[in-house]
Amino acid sequence: MTSLDIIGFGSVLGAGLAIGFGAIGAAIGEGMAAAAALRSMAQQPDQTSTFTRTMFVSMAMIESTSIYAFVIAMILIFANPIWNHAVKASGG
Amino acid sequence: MKYNPDQYIYLDWGWGEINATLAFTWLVMALLAGGSWFISRRLSSTTSISGWQNLLEVIVKGINDHIEEVTHRDPGPFLPLIGTLFLFILVSNILSIVPFFQPPTGSLSTTAAYAVVVFLAVPVFGLSTQSPASYLKQYIQPTPLMLPFNLLGDFTRTFALAVRLYGNVMSSTVIILVLVVIVPLVIPVIMQLLGLLTGIIQAYIFALLAAVYIASAMKKTEKENNKSFKGGST
Repeated sequence: MTSLDIIGFGSVLGAGLAIGFGAIGAAIGEGMAAAAALRSMAQQPDQTSTFTRTMFVSMAMIESTSIYAFVIAMILIFANPIWNHAVKASGG
Repeated sequence: MKYNPDQYIYLDWGWGEINATLAFTWLVMALLAGGSWFISRRLSSTTSISGWQNLLEVIVKGINDHIEEVTHRDPGPFLPLIGTLFLFILVSNILSIVPFFQPPTGSLSTTAAYAVVVFLAVPVFGLSTQSPASYLKQYIQPTPLMLPFNLLGDFTRTFALAVRLYGNVMSSTVIILVLVVIVPLVIPVIMQLLGLLTGIIQAYIFALLAAVYIASAMKKTEKENNKSFKGGST
């Protein structure tokens, strides 16, 4: 395997792992947030609007961690600086 | 694969270029400014108002109420900044379902610029209500040990604000691009609907977080002190 092959293999594998593992934590966290919000809404239905707003905000905060993972995956696949450098170095 | 509006270049002069981000930013700006100019040309304060004026009043009142709910203070000074950010992001995210429209919020340059605006607005609003000494005191708030983390938090939250909006809008574009290749018939429409929902929520989140960040740097109001006291006792 040339170094270009290794970098390409590593980038794709890394992108898959990044988004895969990045999604786990956010998914669990969002599930817990939704469950807690639903429980609160069932107990205090008149406060539903407050709970919904807070839940959306916290969900977006939680989700941003997996979005970071996604951005890293996209960088690895489409705009990988190491790959570009290796391609330039090998004269491609 | 073109997943970023920066990659669509319409005019190129060598020393500068017009890409989709720039073009559609100006389009949304023209839509918003022209629309509000057209509606607010003939405002009436009588009981009979036009439907458009009613719409604008509902929007402004809604943003005002939300800012007041979130920050527990007079929404007046916040409204121009927060309202503009919210409406711009909302309109550009909603228009992303229009064919050939590239949402400018799907470019990291746009979102980074907004995040920097919020980053600069925090000290501006903070210093407008309190002296520089008490403003800087916030950075050593629980203990002086927290100083590096408070400073770091200022930068990371700005970065997070930019990447969150960019990532959400860009991800829905990428998902649709991938789905068009795999199942071009109905499924991309469903994902576009989901992207619309995400776009609206992200516009709301961006404006809300900006309001929270700005309000947290301002002097605590009497109302807020009472609230936190009550919250602590129950």
